[in-house]
Amino acid sequence: MNHEKSSILSKVNDSGTLNWEKPTSHKFEFHLSNSPIFHYITILKLSAMATINLKINGKQQVVDVDPKTPVLWVLREHLNLVGTKFGCGIAQCGACTIHIAGKATRSCTLPVSQVEGKEITTIEGISGEGDDPVQKAWLEHDVAQCGYCQTGQIMTATALLKENPSPTDEEIMEAMHGNICRCATYTRIRAAIKTASNS
Amino acid sequence: MIPSVFTYKKAGSVSEALQLKAENEDSKFLAGGHSLIPTMKLRLSSPSVLIDISKIDTLRSITEEGNQIVIGSLVTHAEIVNSDVIKTKVAIMSEGASMIGDVQVRNCGTIGGSIAHADPAADWPAILKTVEATVVIEGESGKREVNVEDFFQGVFTTDLTEDEIITAIKVPVPASGTKGTYQKFMQPASRFAIVGCAAMLTISNGVCQKARVTIGGAASTSFRDLGVEKALEGKELNAQNIENASKIAGNGVQMTSSHFATNSYRQHLTKVYTQRALESLI
Ligand SMILES: Cc1cc2nc3c(=O)[nH]c(=O)nc-3n(C[C@H](O)[C@H](O)[C@H](O)COP(=O)(O)OP(=O)(O)OC[C@H]3O[C@@H](n4cnc5c(N)ncnc54)[C@H](O)[C@@H]3O)c2cc1C
Ligand code: FES
Ligand code: FES
Repeated sequence: MNHEKSSILSKVNDSGTLNWEKPTSHKFEFHLSNSPIFHYITILKLSAMATINLKINGKQQVVDVDPKTPVLWVLREHLNLVGTKFGCGIAQCGACTIHIAGKATRSCTLPVSQVEGKEITTIEGISGEGDDPVQKAWLEHDVAQCGYCQTGQIMTATALLKENPSPTDEEIMEAMHGNICRCATYTRIRAAIKTASNS
Repeated sequence: MIPSVFTYKKAGSVSEALQLKAENEDSKFLAGGHSLIPTMKLRLSSPSVLIDISKIDTLRSITEEGNQIVIGSLVTHAEIVNSDVIKTKVAIMSEGASMIGDVQVRNCGTIGGSIAHADPAADWPAILKTVEATVVIEGESGKREVNVEDFFQGVFTTDLTEDEIITAIKVPVPASGTKGTYQKFMQPASRFAIVGCAAMLTISNGVCQKARVTIGGAASTSFRDLGVEKALEGKELNAQNIENASKIAGNGVQMTSSHFATNSYRQHLTKVYTQRALESLI
């Protein structure tokens, strides 16, 4: 079976039976951009599917996906939990940070089958109302600029405060180091974490 | 950011992992995925099969066996930072682990994955050489143990053969009176070592009985600096003797040159970080 490196669009799936068809439906064009990433995701959807049970934000969810699909795409494409963002896709920026068993984890490099049965929390699960002390401090300090990285920032900040309720400036910088902000909101992030840690 | 198409299989045990490896040519083990998946997405690596070993629970423990600490290959960097046994018996390892990447990397990345990957800028190779660790490897033909000194062979190259898996890392508990530290000059974004120094000294009455000094990041693979070790052993540990020993650190070694640091800058940093590491131990 040849499923090597030729153009993605001409690929067959792993079982060699389902051929890729060029999408024609309006829904596809509207829902998925023309970026190759989404073509790839669609191919993943067509290949070796499995039923995977996930516990996300306290709720049991069942998804039918290829088990190697990164959690980030399962959240965004299958469960419509689009609060978690795609930044780099290669574990460099932190935009996709979620909690696995309470620990800050990047979801873009994490195959979904690795998190089966584990407690997953996304930004949507931090608080139903947006009134977690961290979220309130974020508003108070008007942290976000463009906002794209902020989900990841808040997820890393909440994981930090759970482990260390009163971090020093140095501890904050150390813990937040894996979350990059193109708009450079770092000083406000630090101030907001301080405020949240005092409340 | 799209890897080549690959098939994904999960192994529930070491024997199953080895069997899958034997059956699938061009396959790779997947542990924490923090080196392998980015390289696949960058198309620097395109295995056709990934064998996920992350659910093999027998590779996750940290235990004390006699005078050794046995660390399963799937133990994460964060677990090493927080392990009480490691913190009290070989603190240099928890200190070093706390400097790897960022919190998200430490929560996923594993010690076995790091040494199998053998990135010349990684932190574990230097630290493990200084603590004189042994790598436990299993293959179809049985188990073997390799001294880390012989395990790392060059840039992304180790003694591991295609059909083998790392199951554990064994670390001898250092003699009493031993202190160690890991210090590095790092790439500011990834925190990979541009130059790192792992130093461990056994001190008795102010005199250095045994010195282990390894430099990482600076050259194509980490290296024990035997010249520095010899200059310290048997001597009183004072500022002058440390300065004299640090002056010769890295001498004669072909250093790496990259856009982060030239080879002469790495030579300089090797001496500076050796001195800082040693000074912090007296
Ligand atoms: C943003 C970022 C920053 C980083 N900064 C640093 C840093 O400062 N210092 C540092 O040292 N590292 C750093 N790393 C690398 C990190 O430590 C990785 O976790 C580690 O190198 C690989 O471990 P892994 O478990 O993720 O392995 P994987 O990515 O799953 O695997 C890596 C390789 O090892 C093989 N492998 C894995 N486990 C085994 C096993 N048990 N037996 C045989 N082969 C195996 C795989 O087949 C693969 O080839 C960084 C990574 C990122 C993404
Ligand atoms: S999208 Fe995951 S780290 Fe950038
Ligand atoms: S607010 Fe724009 S990237 Fe952080």
